Amino acid sequence: MSPQPPIIVENLQGGYNGIPVIHGCDMEIAQGEIVVIMGGSGSGKSTFLKHLIGLKEPMQGDVKLFGQSLYQASVYKRMDLLKGIGVAFQSGALMSSMTIAENVALPLREHTDLDEELIQVITRMKLDFVNLLGKDDLLPSELSGGMLKRAAVARAIALDPKLTFMDEPSAGLDPVIAAALDDLIIQLKESLGMSVVVVTHELESAFKIADRIVVLDRGYIIFSGTPDEIKKSDNTRIQNLINRVPEEDEFDAELYAQRLMGQ
Amino acid sequence: MSDPSCLFNLLKTLYTLRNIVQPFWFNYYFYVILQTTNYTEFFDLNQITNRISQTGQSTINAVTAIGYASILIWDSLLLLFMGKRVNQPVRFGLIVDEIINAGVKAVPVVALMSATIGVMLSIQGIHTLSIFGAETQVTFGLAISIPREFAPLITGILVAGRSGSQLTSRVGSMQLNGEIDALTVMGIAPARYVVAPSLIGLLVSLPVLVVIGNLAAFSAAGLYIHATLGIGPDAYWADVLDVVTIDDFLHGIMKSFIFAILLAMIAISLGMRVYGGAEVLGKSTTQSVVTCIAAIIAADTVFALLL
Repeated sequence: MSPQPPIIVENLQGGYNGIPVIHGCDMEIAQGEIVVIMGGSGSGKSTFLKHLIGLKEPMQGDVKLFGQSLYQASVYKRMDLLKGIGVAFQSGALMSSMTIAENVALPLREHTDLDEELIQVITRMKLDFVNLLGKDDLLPSELSGGMLKRAAVARAIALDPKLTFMDEPSAGLDPVIAAALDDLIIQLKESLGMSVVVVTHELESAFKIADRIVVLDRGYIIFSGTPDEIKKSDNTRIQNLINRVPEEDEFDAELYAQRLMGQ
Repeated sequence: MSDPSCLFNLLKTLYTLRNIVQPFWFNYYFYVILQTTNYTEFFDLNQITNRISQTGQSTINAVTAIGYASILIWDSLLLLFMGKRVNQPVRFGLIVDEIINAGVKAVPVVALMSATIGVMLSIQGIHTLSIFGAETQVTFGLAISIPREFAPLITGILVAGRSGSQLTSRVGSMQLNGEIDALTVMGIAPARYVVAPSLIGLLVSLPVLVVIGNLAAFSAAGLYIHATLGIGPDAYWADVLDVVTIDDFLHGIMKSFIFAILLAMIAISLGMRVYGGAEVLGKSTTQSVVTCIAAIIAADTVFALLL
């Protein structure tokens, strides 16, 4: 197998309405690596992810999936490239008019020529992998939060992608289910050799699953290293993040008064 | 009221109401009051420039919306014919679903409304022609106006009400739910999975519905004419077929294709542009039905003028 990294981010700059939110980010992920992208609220995590999964044209720089440029390609070429990755969205984003099984089968039906029977078998296999077998015929609206996230994971891995993205997989879940999801992610890597990019701000889960942690702060990648390295880091903002210390801006009475007056 | 800012807020409210309640002294009165305070910002020249830039902004928005809708329709037509080549084939099953949704399920209401229009036209026609004692000529009026105007227009408006709102709310809630993004990331172009089937569904359904509308309108009118004037079905249909030219009929069908494209364009693009939350979705759905019907009537007029 070629050592081609599944994703390379080169000097990525992106934002909204011409105002950059992400500044010159470089990142590379190896095959079979779990990378956790961390950062506080408003650090640009979600925007960064949107750029990585082809939902948002960057202002500068490029994202390469499996060695091919995502944004210099034509629209349909990009779609072809995107077939090689799986994305589990924060809210699940399952098709609300389809059952769970139909949702998982959707990428298989649309992108492969497999016959119906085989599609059914693969669908059940994926649902079993996330412990949702038996819930096939439920609609997304009938599932709990944890089940939705697992169903989203099942759909993301339906085509056995080499690279899977997960947006806040454990946000809003109880600790037991969150831990189960963490195990699931590790299992994806160990049994299927997948690379997984997880965007989260759950520290515990990050330290448990990550091979590497990337910290985004105000649109810059300020750290990239193993969980042990991050604990030893002497950067105060990183220490604040991992030790849950609130940011302390200097208090300016006059500015505060002006803010309250709405000026 | 002792607090000056409280008083000022009251004045501000009254000032904003000045367009509604406008006695002649109003502006002068406020001018004096505001002159004596320091709050002169309300008479900013910016108001004028704001007006101008607002006009410009809404023009840009309109052009953007039309451009976006055109690209959407163009892409989906392209994918329909070349989808296989770029690995984005439009699925036949989805098209069939849409035909059932937009077409088959609309048959009862289209037939009923067209029949009602047929009867209404014959009532009016007989009433008007009776002034000249020419009631029996009513068939000619019907034969000219139904296939060219009434059947396509009533079908278009009904389908706009049914499918226009349905499409916008469906696509809009998919957009809000992140389903459109999810499709894109799965490598399924929304243009082929969401837009193309609906467009083709409407393009197939509308002409067929127009034919059904024609039949229903003429049949109902025939029954009414038989009942009031005693003209038998044989004579009636012979008259109708004698007057209706294939051109009149095709004119109506041609229009229905254009209505279908307009409908899909407006309804789907409004749905795709939904953002924020439920309130925007509701507004967009209303806007969709109103815009669809307005566009259909406008297109109908342009068609009548040109051809």
